[in-house]
Amino acid sequence: MIVLDEFCTSHHVEVSFVRTLEEHGLIETIIVNETLYIQENELSKLEQILRLHQELNINSEGVDAIINLLKRIENMQNEITVLRNKLNFYEKNP
Amino acid sequence: MEFIDYYKALGVDKNATQEDIKKAYRKLARKHHPDLNPNDKEAHKKFQQLNEANEVLSDPEKRKKYDQYGKDWQHAEQFEQARQSQQQRHGNEKFSGDFSEREFSDFFSSMFGDTGGGGFRQRQTKFRGEDHHAELHLNLTDVYKTQQQVLTVNNKSIRITIPAGVENGQKIKIKGHGGPGINGGPNGDLYISFQIINNTKFRRDGNDLHTIVDLDLYTAVLGGEIIIDTLDGKVKLKVKPETQNGSKIKLKGKGFPVYKKEGEFGDLVITFQIKTPTNLTDKQKELFEQLSKLST
Repeated sequence: MIVLDEFCTSHHVEVSFVRTLEEHGLIETIIVNETLYIQENELSKLEQILRLHQELNINSEGVDAIINLLKRIENMQNEITVLRNKLNFYEKNP
Repeated sequence: MEFIDYYKALGVDKNATQEDIKKAYRKLARKHHPDLNPNDKEAHKKFQQLNEANEVLSDPEKRKKYDQYGKDWQHAEQFEQARQSQQQRHGNEKFSGDFSEREFSDFFSSMFGDTGGGGFRQRQTKFRGEDHHAELHLNLTDVYKTQQQVLTVNNKSIRITIPAGVENGQKIKIKGHGGPGINGGPNGDLYISFQIINNTKFRRDGNDLHTIVDLDLYTAVLGGEIIIDTLDGKVKLKVKPETQNGSKIKLKGKGFPVYKKEGEFGDLVITFQIKTPTNLTDKQKELFEQLSKLST
């Protein structure tokens, strides 16, 4: 686990921004002995969100929309793969 | 090395103001940002080019130098030599550039992709490493059960778990096993795309398997028991009397494993193909004729 304060200092981001992301349900933090932590498996997601925020000036609402759309794209791509295989199946066996 | 037109990369003309450049960069960066274009190598390349273009054109000093030597970068050294000899002739003229010849060539090499260059050492942006893509060819029987495999990607051995039920064309992401991050950015990811070769007599449709089973006329008419192959071994199957040609039956749970749902399987769909007898004996013909008369 990583202490949220330390993460925010090294990534030049306000703790309040990360808390807003948590309110949007984008990431999860854990409180242990009154200290906020992020789990390591959340790290790559949080870093992706921060890149969108810092490099593209996208606010938390925009990031929320983008992450949801990216998830939809990923699901659609998986669905396309399944449908493509189905189509191949029926083309070979009309 | 190919010359990169940074103005063209940002879609601005040479007289563009700093505001125009900033606006164009922001617009294009949003379009080509690697996080918004996962698995798209072209977008990743384009984004790095945009960053380079912005790095140079948004800095008036770098822009001036780029404008001066940019398109003739290959001849930059000759230009400098020509300038120096001109300086020697005129004595009091000074070369306006403030970097050495070594830095000068670094400037160009870093502009054209060598990140070790001196000109961009101050770059703040952290880049995520490049995503790597690999293709893995497996037989259908290989993905019937979850298995571990050691892959060698870019001289590194990676142990991966291939879950049973992987689809043909499916991609899985292995975090952090792509190219190294730049300027302290995170590593890219490794995407493995599966090409599944069907080495069985079954046809796969998602989690279901399909097969055609030949049935002799007598079993089709009178019913009986037959032994059929499944991917899980042989099973005994009851055939109902008066089974029609082309009719299908479904064997629940005898199909392909459901991806990442341990213990769940699709179905095996069997289509009966009834074979009529050939080379009939006289006796058989006679009996069929009797049957025929009974049916009319």
